[in-house]
Amino acid sequence: MKKRGNHSTLARATMRRHISLYVMLIIPMAYFLLFKYAPMYGIAAAFKDYNIFLGLKGSPWVGLKHFARVFSTPSFFIALRNTIILNLGDLFFTFPVPIILAILLGEFKFKRFGRNVERIMYLPHFLSMVIIAGIVYQVFAPTGVLNVIWATIGGGQPIPFLTKPGTWRITYWVASIWMGAGYGMIIYLAAMSGINRELYDAAYIDGAGRFGRIWHVTLPQLRPTIVTMVIMNVGKILSIGFERPFLLSNVLVDDASLVISVYVYRMGLQAGMYDYATAVGIFQSVVGLVMVLLANALAKKLGEEGLF
Amino acid sequence: MATVYERKTGVFQIVMLLLFAFVILVTLLPILNILALSFSEKDAILTGRVGLLPIGFNVDAYRMVFNDASMIRAFTFSLFLMALQLVLSMAATILGAYPLSKAALPGRRALMIVIIITMYFSAGVIPSYILYKDLKLLNTIWVLLAPSLISAFNLIILRTFFSSINISLYEAAYMDGCSEFRALWAITLPLSKAAIMTLSMFYAVERWNTVSDIILFIQEPKLYTLQYKLKLMLDVISIPHEAGVVTTITPENFKSACIVFTMIPMLIIYPFVQKYFRDGVMIGSVKG
Repeated sequence: MKKRGNHSTLARATMRRHISLYVMLIIPMAYFLLFKYAPMYGIAAAFKDYNIFLGLKGSPWVGLKHFARVFSTPSFFIALRNTIILNLGDLFFTFPVPIILAILLGEFKFKRFGRNVERIMYLPHFLSMVIIAGIVYQVFAPTGVLNVIWATIGGGQPIPFLTKPGTWRITYWVASIWMGAGYGMIIYLAAMSGINRELYDAAYIDGAGRFGRIWHVTLPQLRPTIVTMVIMNVGKILSIGFERPFLLSNVLVDDASLVISVYVYRMGLQAGMYDYATAVGIFQSVVGLVMVLLANALAKKLGEEGLF
Repeated sequence: MATVYERKTGVFQIVMLLLFAFVILVTLLPILNILALSFSEKDAILTGRVGLLPIGFNVDAYRMVFNDASMIRAFTFSLFLMALQLVLSMAATILGAYPLSKAALPGRRALMIVIIITMYFSAGVIPSYILYKDLKLLNTIWVLLAPSLISAFNLIILRTFFSSINISLYEAAYMDGCSEFRALWAITLPLSKAAIMTLSMFYAVERWNTVSDIILFIQEPKLYTLQYKLKLMLDVISIPHEAGVVTTITPENFKSACIVFTMIPMLIIYPFVQKYFRDGVMIGSVKG
């Protein structure tokens, strides 16, 4: 009888503690529900003729009308194309840089110097996109330091980094690498620090040279991380941040820099076509989700672990 | 564990040394160039002679930045906004991470899933805009604070960190009748100083640097942050000057000074935060 009493006192104390834990969760969970889930009701705008005065509830349903409009608008396809081109470029040019640098840092003998390289490479991650765009516009200008170097080594005419759509893309990717390589390295350095040293010793005894070690130990050990990152990047092929393309662009290169996020902003907030812009946003989210699932399934088929 | 092989100082290491020296140069060159431009004499800039070091010494561009009251106002407002975001976000993140770190809490898994879904799927910009409009948040300081109150990523990092605290510490305290709020305050927080520093930095840097929410949700000039002011400055091609007065600066000069002015806070805190930065991201990337 006494023991039972103790037990229920204990249970009551546990329950009291759980209640205070739920109390703590009120604000955080309210945040997620209000700011992450509640906006999902706004998705309905894509299926209505949204009228600011009638509000979302009062506006009439129009079915898939706005989606039909989206797919018959040439400027949408320009935005779609540019988003894919810029993201593919990031996947081919920007993505491998941190992997290569991390592997080389792992082989680097001067560890203190290596740590300083890391520290300096993280710096651009702390600068805002406005600052980076400002720097890019100075450095890549016709009279900027890059073109001055170009002229000094006998390159002739200044390169139109900021004014021709084709070359502007290169500027975009170079800026991507410059601002993101350091941050991108961290995840690979973390994965490398988890590699068992004995694997390297074994490879050494088996007569592997430096490149043998990288090829037979480091890369296979990094493979799950790399595959995960590729899946995430493929999933994001249609989603592109707003700030980078928006702040790096200018009217002369609109043909290359108009991407979906900027298109949604222009159509929705600037032109006031909330319904149309919401439809574009939904297309982007749904395709993104499908791409992630496809890439994940493919990775699993190839014998990798995948995201889920 | 002794490693069998030794890295020798061979040709390869020398090549790498040069490579990494080049990487450092490439990373710093644009920043040094901007610094040099901001201090250089007008003629040197116009003839394209400014590289890594300033030519001459000209602080007129800075004088112009510091004389711009709206720039200084934006600077202090941004600092205030950053401090407010840091405090509110950390409080909310701690309150979320602590209960979710308790393995025994019923419903914990479901709540985690609710949070994780938001990392992969969002309603999009326009539905958010409609919501903020309905909540009357547009053009208020709250639209700059509330939507970014908690980062799911940061919450998961902190939860992971809290879970690694030895459970026997709590059990002893519970025996003595310690409440959860008291346990959080007296046990968890003192043991998590490094993690809290790291996440505070993530929130502060994010708030200081973000400009898209100003572009999307703010029209009221009183609520312009320094980053947005900088964008406005950079968008202007010419520089303001009084008629008849010979100007000693060029647009490049002035814009560079604005960029440096905006960079200063990050450059000051960078040496202190970078050591927390790598570890913080690693916790998030490995276990998140």
